[in-house]
Amino acid sequence: MSTRTVRPVVPVRPRLRRLPLNIAAAVTVVICLFPVYWMISTAFKPSKDIQSADPQLFPHTWTLTHFQRAVDADGFALFWRNSILVTLGAVLLALLVALGAAFAVARMRWKGRRQFMLMVFIAQMAPWESLIIPVYIISRDTDMLDRLPTLTLIYFMITLPFTIVVLRGFIGTIPPELEEAAQVDGCTRTGAFWRVAMPLLAPGLMATSLFGFITAWNEFAYANFLIIKQQDNRTLPVWLSSFQNTFGTDWGATMAASTLFALPALVIFLLLQRHVTSGFAAGAVKG
Amino acid sequence: MPVAVEPTSAPRTPRQRPAPHPAARRKPAGRAHGLWPYALIAPAIGGMLYLLVYPLVRAVLISFQDFRLRQLISGNAEFVGLRNYRTLLADPRFWEVVRRTFLFMAVNVVLIMVIATLVALMVERLRRVGRTVVLCSLVLAWAMPVVAATTVFQWLFHSEFGIANWALTSIGLDSFERYPWFANGTAAFAILVTLIVWQSVPFAAITLYSALTTVPLELYESARLDGAGAGRIFRSVTFPMLRPIFLLVFSLEVIWTFKAFVQIWVMTRGGPGDATTILPVYAVQTALSSQRYDLGSAASMITVILMSGVLVLYFRQMFRQEDETR
Repeated sequence: MSTRTVRPVVPVRPRLRRLPLNIAAAVTVVICLFPVYWMISTAFKPSKDIQSADPQLFPHTWTLTHFQRAVDADGFALFWRNSILVTLGAVLLALLVALGAAFAVARMRWKGRRQFMLMVFIAQMAPWESLIIPVYIISRDTDMLDRLPTLTLIYFMITLPFTIVVLRGFIGTIPPELEEAAQVDGCTRTGAFWRVAMPLLAPGLMATSLFGFITAWNEFAYANFLIIKQQDNRTLPVWLSSFQNTFGTDWGATMAASTLFALPALVIFLLLQRHVTSGFAAGAVKG
Repeated sequence: MPVAVEPTSAPRTPRQRPAPHPAARRKPAGRAHGLWPYALIAPAIGGMLYLLVYPLVRAVLISFQDFRLRQLISGNAEFVGLRNYRTLLADPRFWEVVRRTFLFMAVNVVLIMVIATLVALMVERLRRVGRTVVLCSLVLAWAMPVVAATTVFQWLFHSEFGIANWALTSIGLDSFERYPWFANGTAAFAILVTLIVWQSVPFAAITLYSALTTVPLELYESARLDGAGAGRIFRSVTFPMLRPIFLLVFSLEVIWTFKAFVQIWVMTRGGPGDATTILPVYAVQTALSSQRYDLGSAASMITVILMSGVLVLYFRQMFRQEDETR
């Protein structure tokens, strides 16, 4: 590719020249989508087509029995509820705490502001994989093992730094004059923030909390090592990772369960595609 | 791309930054807020202290103690100085794991960076429709939850009904008939690398592509007028312009390799044998499976020290960009 063909001016060039480029694009799309497609199509295929020597790329007959089996599986509803509870709790807590901190950083001058942001950036890169052991021991000492609030707290901490950083950015774009005007008209400072800035912040809050939601929804390591004896308190990722105990070799049901688990994340990402492709999520959402 | 109007935490080139709102600067510096700001950040600080600093300190302490199942139950662990570290460093298995961690990291990061750069350059050259389609599929691959993707890869590489074996057999590689991927160390390692590269390239490619769109076209034109070829243009124009973003993505990818803990634990638990055991896996195995919390913590601390080299690189870049926005 010796020349650039980007943006407005597209010179007349033989289609042939663009062929390698288009082939590369097609290959990229196929590689990206195939595992996702294969998960979904396996979930809809009858078992005899799944366990055949000739896999069908396109299912001839469709069936919902695997989804039926996944949903009816022991504890599915319970783990779904647990995941939702933990995730929502963590995201709301992070949002609340981050809103205060982000407001202080974006709107007020105070000593230690820069140091605080440094801390937040460092916390964002916290080596969570290396903290499993002490967190396990601390939870054990404080009698917090096997309990959902423990997970909520940890997911809160995992999502908090990112939420602060992003909200600070959003609050920074709202002109303080708007609130000052409201204050002149008789609002209190807090009242002005809630009535004037909050509605403007809503899209930002929405996007931020959705990314936090995905991070917490997907978290596996802590859910796996902190919930040990109380199997009823497990979350979806842990349940899915032990699918062999649940479904044995029933790959159809396993893929149906994976699909149900992945669906919220896939939908949210597609809805937020604009944010995602602008690098909004850098450093925050990674599996 | 609507990058410029979006407040983001993302690394960006300075030119692209929206000008700070004039009002933000006009704020009287001397206006006293009293204790308000400190009250507002107190919960965040509290969370960080209890959930981050305290566990880290605890891990350091445990790594200097004799801490096994008995001490876990009865408490009062005894300090033993550097004994745990000495035990680890004298263990050939530990060194094997360290070597494997670096190999794993190097293979992953090199593949991710090369493929992501190629994809980013490709996306930039595509026309509108093609670009949207490719970006959408990158986003979908990125959105796939780790555990779901890991499960799907286990199914793709299933020995009996996996599509990978079927595809390889049907193009004539008969030795892959019922090939048990997860029984062979090298094969399991390769699958984990494939999985991680598949999951990581979208983020890297999209970030690099966003950065590419900010390089002024005139630079390319003048380079071309000067007779530079494609390779030369990449080396002398594109790469230097994107250097900060490259560094950020690179260090993030290195750090994120340690997050591969989840994929490894779900897929192979570090096996077969030790073939896919990297440092975080080793630490957790030692602590929670063999109840040697002291040795596990020491291994974790060594991991953190190894990582912090890259972290310094990341933060230097991050704060340089942060300063430019002040």
